Amino acid sequence: MITVTNLHKTFDSVEVLKGISTCFDKGKTNLVIGQSGSGKTVFLKCMIGLFKPDEGEISFEGHVYKNLDYDEQRELRTQIGMVFQGSALFDSMSVEENVKFPLKMFSSMNITQMKERVDMVLERVNLKDSHKKLPSELSGGMKKRVAIARAIVLNPKYLFCDEPNSGLDPQTSILIDNLIQEITREFDITTVINSHDMNSVMEIGEKIVFLKDGLKAWEGSNKEIFNTDNKAIVDFVYSSNLMKNVREVYRHQQI
Amino acid sequence: MKHITKIGAYFIMLRKVFSRPPRGCDFKEVLMKEVDDLILGSLGIVSFISFFVGGVVSIQTALNLTNPLLPKFLIGFATRQSIILEFSPTFISIIMAGRVGSFITSSIGTMRVTEQIDALEVMGVNSLNYLIFPKIIAMMLYPFIIAISMFLGIIGGWVAAVMGGFATSSDYTQGIQVEFIQFHVIYAFIKTLVFAFVLATIPAFHGYYMQGGALEVGKASTTSFVWTSVVIIVLNYIITQLLLS
Ligand SMILES: Nc1ncnc2c1ncn2[C@@H]1O[C@H](COP(=O)(O)OP(=O)(O)OP(=O)(O)O)[C@@H](O)[C@H]1O
Ligand SMILES: [Mg+2]
Repeated sequence: MITVTNLHKTFDSVEVLKGISTCFDKGKTNLVIGQSGSGKTVFLKCMIGLFKPDEGEISFEGHVYKNLDYDEQRELRTQIGMVFQGSALFDSMSVEENVKFPLKMFSSMNITQMKERVDMVLERVNLKDSHKKLPSELSGGMKKRVAIARAIVLNPKYLFCDEPNSGLDPQTSILIDNLIQEITREFDITTVINSHDMNSVMEIGEKIVFLKDGLKAWEGSNKEIFNTDNKAIVDFVYSSNLMKNVREVYRHQQI
Repeated sequence: MKHITKIGAYFIMLRKVFSRPPRGCDFKEVLMKEVDDLILGSLGIVSFISFFVGGVVSIQTALNLTNPLLPKFLIGFATRQSIILEFSPTFISIIMAGRVGSFITSSIGTMRVTEQIDALEVMGVNSLNYLIFPKIIAMMLYPFIIAISMFLGIIGGWVAAVMGGFATSSDYTQGIQVEFIQFHVIYAFIKTLVFAFVLATIPAFHGYYMQGGALEVGKASTTSFVWTSVVIIVLNYIITQLLLS
């Protein structure tokens, strides 16, 4: 479980996060949603320690990150898998080497075990025949999938995904969503996903945190999102006619 | 004030570079790649420049020796002295600040911009150590480049002197042996080692701590070249003052 209390972050006088408190449960897919530029990426990067919060604290299973010493912080980080918005694959390494990298660094596996593990995760993200390709030879969606494979290869305890399915077609997108949900449940991972994909919100949003103007404007589950009357979240989620209709149908069914 | 903070940041970086090597990383593989990029990749250009500049130095000396009373072996002597003392260690290092320095800044800078460094950090890898330490070790082979440069420079001088008819081969070979002081070579290699360290770390510093996007990577390479050259020139002065005077 990850607990965030009163998180503040300012960039040269622009206050991006203005005091966010929430918690993310184990074994659940938690979603952070919000408009472009609302600070989702900054929020995620504060949680994994890439940005130092100006105020507030983040604790992993009760251990406050900023109170840990250098070694403990590194130790914790090896349990974190992260998928960056721009994938952040290592340019000079092939797909296979990218995925193998965390294993080489932090596992005690031998070469055959590593190869098996890499093959397995690449198969899970539907990338069987691209082992030898370089990141520059992949499409945006393929890069995303390699990034996901790299993030899960070490069986992390915490998985952070910054828009894992932006730039993917609906089918692959669902595949990725399901994959993330599956491994979250299977290995009891605490997963936090940044997203503005409404499909993911509805499908896998077991807990949803809605950011607006640097504050937490709403939080709840995908079930609750149909029934809430919170104006901010209703405006955001039901901005398209399609979604409005979905909401009507859903509410109708319930009656 | 800004520069002082930067210098401070540079030394803090060095401390982190030398702390905690990455765990299971195959250092040898990474090192070999760096040696290939930084050292072997520079041999061509360094050899080419050294050979021709050596030739030019010897022609210039010959043309300035108009007094018939001065012995011809001075051509070899002057070429050897300028190549060993200044041209190879210092001048080649400035060229390397362009060749190796901008390569290091732009490759690390690109990793910064595309969040690859963040990815390393999130995994728990000490990215400073992982990225920069192998470069420093690879650059410790830099004196070999300079040795080759010295050799080719003197050969270039010989070719130019003999082919141009400025001196006979035996004059020149006598010249390069005359009044040979071993310490000059030691001095040159001490400089070279110091410059090697500068060549690896200052560009790495500029790449690692850059901010912004692709445009800034270009700017960072330029700044890093300027700073590397300035530091090399200043250190050259200090080392010469300390060791030779
Ligand atoms: N390194 C930084 N330096 C200065 N300002 C930043 C930095 N990173 C983000 N910001 C600012 O913080 C705000 C939030 O950015 P952020 O990247 O978190 O948005 P986001 O919600 O992830 O948007 P998107 O959905 O488009 O990815 C933006 O106004 C941005 O300009
Ligand atoms: Mg973002």
